[in-house]
Amino acid sequence: MALGSLNDLYRDKVILDHCRNPRNSAVLDLPDVSCEAINPFCGDEIRFQINLDDSDRVREVGFQGEGCAINQAAGSIVSEALNGLTLTDVLDLSKKFSRIMEASLPKDVVVADKEAINLGELSALYKVREFPVRVKCALLVWSALDSGISTLA
Amino acid sequence: MLDVQKIRNDFPILGREVNGHPLVYMDNAATTQKPRQVIQALVDYYENFNANVHRGVHTLSMEATDMYEDARKKVAKFINAGDPDTVIWTRNASESLNLVAYSWARENVESGENIVLTPMEHHSNLVPWQELTREKNAAIRYIPLDNEGVLDLSDIDSIIDDRTALVSVVHMSNALGTVNPIKKLCDLAHARGAKFLVDGAQSVPHMVVDVKEIDCDFMAFSGHKMMGPTGIGCLYAKKDVLEGMKPFLTGGEMVLEVSYEKASWADLPMKFEAGTPNIADAIALGVAVDYLEDIGMANIDEYERDLTGYALNKFIDVEEEGGKLFGPRNPDQRGGIISFDTPDIHPHDLGTLLDQMGIAVRTGHHCAMPLVRSLGVAATSRASFYVYNTKKEVDVLIEGILEAMRYFRDGVR
Ligand SMILES: Cc1ncc(COP(=O)(O)O)c(C=O)c1O
Ligand SMILES: [Zn+2]
Repeated sequence: MALGSLNDLYRDKVILDHCRNPRNSAVLDLPDVSCEAINPFCGDEIRFQINLDDSDRVREVGFQGEGCAINQAAGSIVSEALNGLTLTDVLDLSKKFSRIMEASLPKDVVVADKEAINLGELSALYKVREFPVRVKCALLVWSALDSGISTLA
Repeated sequence: MLDVQKIRNDFPILGREVNGHPLVYMDNAATTQKPRQVIQALVDYYENFNANVHRGVHTLSMEATDMYEDARKKVAKFINAGDPDTVIWTRNASESLNLVAYSWARENVESGENIVLTPMEHHSNLVPWQELTREKNAAIRYIPLDNEGVLDLSDIDSIIDDRTALVSVVHMSNALGTVNPIKKLCDLAHARGAKFLVDGAQSVPHMVVDVKEIDCDFMAFSGHKMMGPTGIGCLYAKKDVLEGMKPFLTGGEMVLEVSYEKASWADLPMKFEAGTPNIADAIALGVAVDYLEDIGMANIDEYERDLTGYALNKFIDVEEEGGKLFGPRNPDQRGGIISFDTPDIHPHDLGTLLDQMGIAVRTGHHCAMPLVRSLGVAATSRASFYVYNTKKEVDVLIEGILEAMRYFRDGVR
């Protein structure tokens, strides 16, 4: 079928799983961190709430989104990946993920390919790189988190 | 009857493949493809005539000036403007609309007055008026829509009133395809002493548009949506209105006499064309107009109406699978723009899937964010036709949408 080259993305087990059963979708009341982002080009939306534990690590995440499958899967995967991280860790992970998604020089891509393997379920999103106009769908989650956390500082 | 195959042969890009499939280009509301004649006109100009206009006494400058002014005459004739001086070159419809907002409205709209728009305006015919009315302490009023996306004029006499300074309406909506009753609205505006502006960005390329018959005070449109190059657009306005307006940009070319203290303005149209203009693209737009007139705008309209009717019928297959069509059902009330929503697959994913099949459509809010939100969705998918599209391509589109929906049902949802 004509859609063969898309199977890497839309038939990926992790992405499918998170699209069908989004995690952490309940809205958290009075969260420690609350943030959102909208992609003005396509209307994708994402909202996060985060609660921290006594040692300032992520204890609980709420994620709600409106938009394409990539955006939805990214939100769900990230909502799980944040558990146990400090907010500084979250910002570092955000930087790292954006860097590997946007790597364009061949030498940077070689590094990104290696780093992507060790990101757990987040690695599934790395495949979005093959569809450059969709990369921002996978990164919207991170711009929400960046803006929410940096307004705290 | 028009020979589509012959037309297609004039468009080099239509021979292209995308992702291993023949290109099916259905994003014409965003920009249209260019025939070889237009592309060649650009090359020809730069190879044989390039010079600045209105300045030199040398041969090249005179030839370039003649070609440039000939293009203006062609465009004026195309929209039946009469006097070519009433056609002002701009970069695009957005700039034309801003020209009216800055040069006319800032001098003529007063506190307490209102500007009447529709809810289906492109951001380009919305944001300039938001800025203006905020500055002037004036109001924006909207003519409501019915649930098919057609203007509801039942209450129009209380919307357009004696405090209305301007009625500014899109002729054909780029987000819904709706064609608005421009002539009627123009008469209503004039009866209340208001000026009338038509956003012709989607109509001028596709149908016979006659500014004299409409009697509009202003009309804005873009060259790139009518087979011309990017970077050239037009503002038509009535001569007395233009003469009463202040310049938009000032500087070279637009002045009559300059001293160290002050300047006086050149006559129309130069008063509104500061600096070296976009000569090559204006000339190539003239060639695009020739090309369109060769086919005949009435023929283009008829052909696209037939194609749109065909597509709307075929779309029933998508509706049977839960798809939703926005905009009027009746082909007489709409142009060749089909905006829709598909269940289970977001427009963004649909766009990527269709692209894999070589089909170019637009997905998103189509620069009409408040309208798309009012439809209850964050985005729609939009296929928009031009005279080179075929029924066979419509079949490919519909089959592609159905296949993408099946693909998502089997997997993601
Ligand atoms: C109805 C309408 N008005 C205005 C515009 C703005 O045109 P441009 O981007 O060429 O200025 C568009 C372009 O999409 C349009 O569809
Ligand atoms: Zn998206």
